[in-house]
Amino acid sequence: MELTPPPARFLTDWKPLAGAATVPQLAFEDFTPGRVFEHGPRRLPREEMIAFAAEFDPQPMHLDEAAAQQTMLGGLSASGWYLCCILMRMCVDAFVGRSSSMGAPGVDEVRWLLPVRPDDELSLRATVLETRTSKSRPDMGFVRFQFELFDAQRRRAMTLTTSLMLERREKAVPEAIP
Amino acid sequence: MKVWEDIVIGERAELGRHTFTADGIKAFARRFDPQPFHLDEDAAARSHFGALCASGWHTASIWMRLMVEHQNRADEALRARGEAVAELGPSPGFRELKWLKPVYVGDTITYFTEVIDKRASSSRPQWGLMWIRNSGVNQKGEPVISFISVAFVERRHETPLGAA
Repeated sequence: MELTPPPARFLTDWKPLAGAATVPQLAFEDFTPGRVFEHGPRRLPREEMIAFAAEFDPQPMHLDEAAAQQTMLGGLSASGWYLCCILMRMCVDAFVGRSSSMGAPGVDEVRWLLPVRPDDELSLRATVLETRTSKSRPDMGFVRFQFELFDAQRRRAMTLTTSLMLERREKAVPEAIP
Repeated sequence: MKVWEDIVIGERAELGRHTFTADGIKAFARRFDPQPFHLDEDAAARSHFGALCASGWHTASIWMRLMVEHQNRADEALRARGEAVAELGPSPGFRELKWLKPVYVGDTITYFTEVIDKRASSSRPQWGLMWIRNSGVNQKGEPVISFISVAFVERRHETPLGAA
């Protein structure tokens, strides 16, 4: 499959990741139920929204203003996968990038609640729902989050619920054998 | 897309395949998921993944691209047979997405989709909903991604009564 190459200037107005090689500041233990991380607002430039669609989701409702007018969404709107990717990037910039993240085993549920339009500004709220240590991997734990993206009018445009895997600061040490 | 009435639960299709390269994995990660194990071979080797691997969102986004191309091919076949082509509408979301194995440099993932349920839309009479289970399998036959998504599909247009 030939993918449309992204434009060279894609997302250059976003800050490069800082501190990737430094010691993580946030470990599993720091994610207590109820803790909230916020980030944004971040503008979704029209050309970047369309460039993502051209590369990964080339449907008329995401690509072409005139064609999108004829669709259910009534105008050009972001691919839901673009919103997932933007949410991921905002998470990295908000806290994942300075955490002991080990990735995620999946996503419980995503709801796309409203169309997101070109040049809209999104804000992220990440709320820790619950945490548990891993039985099979004593060096890590799972942190379950609800993520919400709000548009410029503070309407909820998307929700995502999932668990992230994070390394523990206080690694469970197996009992010493006498 | 077939009109909603013609969609058969249990129908399965192979969508296509994609080989993940180191450059592709890093370029995606720089934009959307800049974590060390998606950006840098040495950092990835020290991580629990053991080697550079694709962002799960990259694996999922490639599914979407292949799904759109599959639908475009299917639409052409419908038109060639003179059958009705329905609009594939937006998706309200997905659930139970599982990244079952890391996707490493050089892995070729073959993607599939299967219709698992359909229902009429109560709020939009000209539309139906279909639920599909989507998956990707690597060259060793190991599943790497799976999720259940839902999308609106246009229903068959009836000639309106009294139309001139």
